[in-house]
Parts: sequence; structure tokens; C-alpha cells
Amino acid sequence: MPGDTSHEPESHDYDVVVIGAGGAGLRAAIEARELGQRTALVCKSLLGKAHTVMAEGGAAAAMGNVWPEDNWKVHFRDTMRGGKMLNNWRMAQLHALEAPDRIYELERWGALFDRTKDGRILQRDFGGHRYARLAHVGDRTGLELIRTLQQRAIALDIDVFMECKILRLLKGPDGSVTTAVGYWRPSGEIVSFTGKAFVLATGSIGKSWLYTSNSWESTGDGHAMAAWAGADMIDMECVQFHPTGMVWPLSVRGILVTEGVRGDGGVLRNSEGRRFMFDYIPPMFAAETADTEEEGDRWYEDHINNRRPPELLPRDEVARSINSEVKAGRGTPHGGVYLDIATRRSAEEIRRRLPSMYHQFMELAGVDITSQPMEVGPTCHYMMGGVRVDAETEQTTVPGLFAAGEVAGGMHGANRLGGNSLSDLLVFGRRAGLAAAEFAQGRDATIGADPTEIAAVVAEAEAPLGRDSGESPYDLHHDLQQMMQELVGIIRTESELIRALDELDALSERARKLSVSGGRAYNPGWNLATDIPAMLTTSRLVAKGALERRESRGGHTREDYPLPDPEFGKVNLVQRIDVEGCYSLEPEPLLEMPAELKELFEEEPH
Amino acid sequence: MADVTMRVWRGDDKGGTFTEYVMPSVEGEVVLDVIHRIQAGPAPDLACRWNCKAGKCGSCSAEINGLPKLMCMTRMDVLPEGEPVVVAPMRTFPIVRDLVTDVSFNYTMARQVPPLKPREPEADGTYRMQQIDIERGQEFRKCIECFMCQDVCHVIRDHEDNKATYAGPRLFIRFMELESHPLDTDDRRELLRQRMGLGMCNITKCCTEVCPEHIKITDNAIIPLKERVVDASYDPVAWLGRKILKRTKRSALDAALDAPGQYAPTRQERPTHAGADHDHS
Repeated sequence: MPGDTSHEPESHDYDVVVIGAGGAGLRAAIEARELGQRTALVCKSLLGKAHTVMAEGGAAAAMGNVWPEDNWKVHFRDTMRGGKMLNNWRMAQLHALEAPDRIYELERWGALFDRTKDGRILQRDFGGHRYARLAHVGDRTGLELIRTLQQRAIALDIDVFMECKILRLLKGPDGSVTTAVGYWRPSGEIVSFTGKAFVLATGSIGKSWLYTSNSWESTGDGHAMAAWAGADMIDMECVQFHPTGMVWPLSVRGILVTEGVRGDGGVLRNSEGRRFMFDYIPPMFAAETADTEEEGDRWYEDHINNRRPPELLPRDEVARSINSEVKAGRGTPHGGVYLDIATRRSAEEIRRRLPSMYHQFMELAGVDITSQPMEVGPTCHYMMGGVRVDAETEQTTVPGLFAAGEVAGGMHGANRLGGNSLSDLLVFGRRAGLAAAEFAQGRDATIGADPTEIAAVVAEAEAPLGRDSGESPYDLHHDLQQMMQELVGIIRTESELIRALDELDALSERARKLSVSGGRAYNPGWNLATDIPAMLTTSRLVAKGALERRESRGGHTREDYPLPDPEFGKVNLVQRIDVEGCYSLEPEPLLEMPAELKELFEEEPH
Repeated sequence: MADVTMRVWRGDDKGGTFTEYVMPSVEGEVVLDVIHRIQAGPAPDLACRWNCKAGKCGSCSAEINGLPKLMCMTRMDVLPEGEPVVVAPMRTFPIVRDLVTDVSFNYTMARQVPPLKPREPEADGTYRMQQIDIERGQEFRKCIECFMCQDVCHVIRDHEDNKATYAGPRLFIRFMELESHPLDTDDRRELLRQRMGLGMCNITKCCTEVCPEHIKITDNAIIPLKERVVDASYDPVAWLGRKILKRTKRSALDAALDAPGQYAPTRQERPTHAGADHDHS
């Protein structure tokens, strides 16, 4: 149709359109392509740069290479317990069952995992996993995973649309998703994709917090687009904060300091130099926690006759204590506390036991952890909640829309175990690609979207470019991050959550008047302005869920309801946004676990 | 507090110039932090790529004071005090805008690397490999694809036309990774010699010097590859061996000849922005 298309937005037609090219998106696209589907992979950044590269520890899979006693049932049980039983049991089961195959498959595609002495894939220990079960490559497992999948996708000749931001999903007359509308970041030109099935694999929402380990991409695009399309969202309050992310210097803000630093003798101190964790030992852990510094210090050498130092309490306890110290005015100048290993271990020992930590902070921040303390605080790390999906197919409640990876909810319940995210990507990325391909095969043809709907999406996105005066998206984003950090951070309370919702109203109002200078081509100010609606929507879903869940469970901690409540332990909080933009929330009972799986939890009470 | 002068290249494919931004100096920053403050302040539309800000994704490559660096890994306090910090885009790739370059060349060439062709697994369906046998491959797989090795490579830095037939250091380590992979059964030597321009590299080691992952690109990948290719082409014993013995490895070139077009060097990566030739089908 050359000649008459000059004013029509560029459009591409595929069977399966995958949005997001981290581990889950790549794996989904590979599966759909292998099933013969015309598959498009659309991503906001260059291929291979997605946040998956940041994963260090490994991918959990009960292969039993180190501990033959390990099997899927143990992995399943660990995952459910870690998630405080809020998980979709069927997802946790499928994940535990299929993760080993997904790891071996990577090996056939070229991945080089570290080996055992007898040449098998080596597996390492990690918090919450009963047996050493994380397949890994040093501390760069995420890079290995994404590169392997990227190279597989290239070998299958999948069409990749890089630096292309999707703004909205549009639905056809039958209510199924038919079109994704977005723009090319390099040119700013509008582009749309029609497809028979769509897979969301857009990762996390962490960029709404000030202290986050997430990259700029984690703006909750997929969470928001699904919600705007009417999909059910579950347990959006369940956000994982790591207690010790760097808060200063700026060059390393958000980078996580591994628990190993505390395991190797590092202690937390406030601005007065006090080891404050001794002031925060909860009764539940008192029997197994040292109550003097002397006993705590002896534990490192003698685990049998001494109790653990309180710096090694569970993540949420440590984070809560840090939060209290900072709120009491005993924090560092930059709003954290000190993590001190320098005065506790010799420089030589620190360098030997924590080589990558030592080099990272030395090189990036000029912080010598052998001679000075680190400034750390709770850092937004991972989103457990997300789009509600069917465990087998990852189909959302919107026909033609599938979701996998961090954007999907259910797999991790209220708290994710380390190592379970990489295996999640592989298991459910594949399942989503498979189900999307089957769904596409059952459809005759793609249906183009209503041009007026596309025009409305485009007009909204372009609005900030046309305003001569207005607020900078950078300022608005900063205010959002500051507010979410303060009011919807690791420790929540009713009054603050109500304030957060008011603040979100005000921020949404301000967002209608954003103005950006410059043109459309590779304009990060404009790009940020188009990310903000999704951040506001996901922030609101998190705050609403957090207000409703009047208990503390996993990653969700309420100061005013500090204990788990068995009644809330039986429900997912399901949120929806209707066509008018109104939010609703309903608790719905968890899926019933079959008797034979329930038995696994009766054998050994937790 | 003192100020720092950032001299940042601004422009697009039609041309551009350095623009100075005088920013307050903030303790503990890397170059990318200052670029971000420029975006949040005087130049909201200043284009740069970044993702992880931790040296793991390889997005924020630029030429800082004339040297290719990751902006997220370059501390401000190691740069000469009191002098402007010059930040320019990588020169080897076409400009998109400001500090952002069109690196699609690298993705196009990556599509031409024949993937791993693994041997049959053990009876249990899995593989055994010894750690010592995979360590060389693991070294190459540390690559974060920052493309700074490609940026400094003389063969393409000032010779645009060489790009059609030259894979470059990033992909030479990919080839060597596959060549040294214990499971691989393919042979890519003829492809390397005839289509990937391995012979054009004159081992000046510029690539090795700029690698942020400290991969010994020249010593551990390019030189051994050159030796292998020479062996394959000129070693009379190897030649005789190939004639006499049944070959276990089928060369990528054979495959290429069987399937014309599959490895054609002119294949284009999907366009990353409008203005290139889009598929309007």
C-alpha cells in the first residue's frame, strides 16, 4: 500500500506478540516460534540488556546433583513455605517439577554452568532451600541465562523489535486482545502490532521506589497494561525489600549487599555506633538468638554452643529494625544505617571471603569495605504480586493475553525464595509461549484495532510533547519515588497508606500536566513521561492491597498488624480496574491444594 | 561545593557539537550519575542508554575523555580534577542521538554465527563436562556486550565498508567460545576465514585493553582462532586427514553452501527505528 500509508502508523502482524525480552519473554518467544508461530519479540531496551542480567545467585531446580535426596516435592514445599502459603500451589508444583528440564535444555543451547567433580551441573545453597539446588555460573547466572536464550532466539530467526515501548493493549469486539500500540524510542514514531495472542513478560515495578535494585525499565508497564485491559491482579501488596541495599554513595545506590556479609561477621550499627539489632529481638526468635555481643561473636566460630547474632534474623526483621532506627533519628546522613565488617575482620580475610563485594565497592564507589563501613537500607527488589494467571497456561483473565515472569502473580506467594525467579522465568515463559501458540492456532486471523482507539492512545502519549509549560516528568517521578519509599515501603501502617492514596491522587493530577522539551527521537524525558501512567497505576494497586491486607505476611509488613492472620492467609486480594477507571478489590479464597500435597506439610510442621 | 564541567556531545545523524553543562560536584558519583542529573535539570532530552547501573548489562558505553568506558563504572573522582569531562558517543557506530549509537551491526553479525551443535547426550539424557574444560568458554561468556571492543577495533573504526565482512572482537570471542565448547560438533573455521574477516585483525590488542570484563580477547580468542583457521587451511597433515578420515565435524561453510542465504553477510537485523526499511506486509 505504498503511497497512501504516510499518515497511517506503522503496523506489524504476527501470530504471537511477546512484550518484554528478559528471561520470560525470550523463553516464551522461543517456544511459540518452535511451534511454528510467526512470533515478534518487542522490548524497551537492546536485546540482552533486560534486568535478568542482574540475577547473581542461580536458578533453583531439584536436579539432585549435589544432594540426591532432593526432589520436586522438597522444592515445592520450600517454595510454599517461603511464600507463606499464599502461593498458587499448582504453579509452585509445576515450577518444582519442570525446572530441572528447563536447566538441562539451556545446556543443550550452549549454557556453561559450573560443574561438580563428576561433571554434572553444580548446585549451591541458598536461603530457604533445604538442599543445595541453585544451578549457577559464579555470580553471573542471570547473564548466562539471558545470553543463552538470546542466542537460541537468534538461531530460530525470531523477529526482534528493540527499543520499542508498548503503551497499551487494545481489545476487539469479542473482548480479546488484538493490538499492542507503542512507539520506537530511537525515532519516536508510533508503531502497532496486531496478533492472535499476546504474552506479557515485562518484569517488575521497582522504579516507583527511591531505593531500588531495579533498572529504569522496571516501571510496571505490563502490570498496568493488563490492569487497564481489565485483567485480575492479585496480591499486589507483596513486594520484596532487601534489608541491605546501598544507600550511599550515589554510584552504588540500590546495589544489594549480600547476606553473606552479615554471615561472615558484618554487624549493623546506628549513627551512635550501637549494634542496635540486640534491641529488636522478637520473642518468637529469642530462644535461638544471642542476647549479648559476646555470645553473638562466639557463634561465628562455634555454632553449637552459641546462638546466632541478631544481624542474622530473617530479612523482614532486619529491615524493620533498620527502618525503626532511621525513623528514630539514629540513621546515617543518607537515611540508612552502617554495615560494618571493617572493624570485625582483617582486611585480608574480607578480601578473601567477599572478593566481588570488595572489588565492586572499591571500583564503583571508592568505598574500601576493609577499612570503612557501608551505608545500607531497605531496597525494593522484587514484585511477587501481579497479573492473575492460570497455572497451566499463564492465560490471564483477558482472552488472548498471557503473562509470565515477574509480571505474573501467584508463583511466589507473599515472599520469593532466592533462585526461584530464574527458574520461574524458564518454566512459565515456556508454558506461556506454548499456550499462546495454541491459542493463536485456534484463531483464524488477526483483527486490526479501531483506528480511533489507537489515535486516543497516541494522543495521550504525545500530550506532554505539545505543552509549552508544565511540570518536568523527572520531578514528578522523584516525588513519586520519595512518597512510595516513605509511605509504602517495607514497613506499612494504615495512616501512611491512606496518605499515600491521597498523594497518588495529587500526583495523578500533576501527571496530566507534564511537559517535555525536545523532539520525539530518543528523548528520555518524553520516554519517562510515557512510563509514568503505569507507575502511578501500579503504585496505587500496591497501596490499595497493602491497606486491605491487615496482617504481616512475607514481604508485606504492617506495623499496626505485626503478625500473620490465618484468615488473610486463606485469601488472595484480587484487584480490577473497570472501563471507567474505577478500582475494586475483593478477597478471594486461595485455590484448594489436593490432599496428597497437603500431606507434605503435615509431615514436618513449620 | 566545587562545580564540574561536563562537555557532552549533542546531535544526531545530521551532525552535532559538544555542549557544556556546569554541574555542582557531588561526592561519590560516577559519570552516569552526572548525566542523569543533567537530564533531570538543564537537558531533559539528553539521550543516553543505561539499564543496570552496576556494570552488568553493558548499555552505557561512551567515550569519556577519548577512551571507551562504561559510564556507570567510571567514577568522577578518578578523572582529572578541574578539567572538563568530555563525554562522546562511540565513534564506530552511526549516531542515533547524543550519546546513543546504532549498534545494530553487532546484532546483524551475531545472526551469522552458527549456533552450538551439541553432540548426543549421555544415556540419562544429560551431559558431563569437567570444570577445567569449560573455563575458557566461561571466560568468553562473561561478555556483557558493551561493544567497546568493536568500537576501538581499527578494522571497522575508520573503515565503514569493512563492516560487511568483519565480525569483530565481540564475535570472535563468541566463535572461540563455540570452538572450545566441549559439546560442539560444528566447525566454523572456513566461515571465519572466508566471511568473518578473521585475517583482517592485526592483533593490536586494543579490544583487550578496553574490555570491562577483562576478557583476554586477543590472546585467548583471536590468536587461537587464527591458528586454528591456518591449521584448517594449510596444514597438509590436517588436509590429508580430512581427505582420508570420515569427518566428524561438518563445516559451517558446507552448511552455508547447502542453504544459500542462511549465512549471507548482507542480512539485516530488524530495524530498530522508523526510517529504516520497515516491513509493511
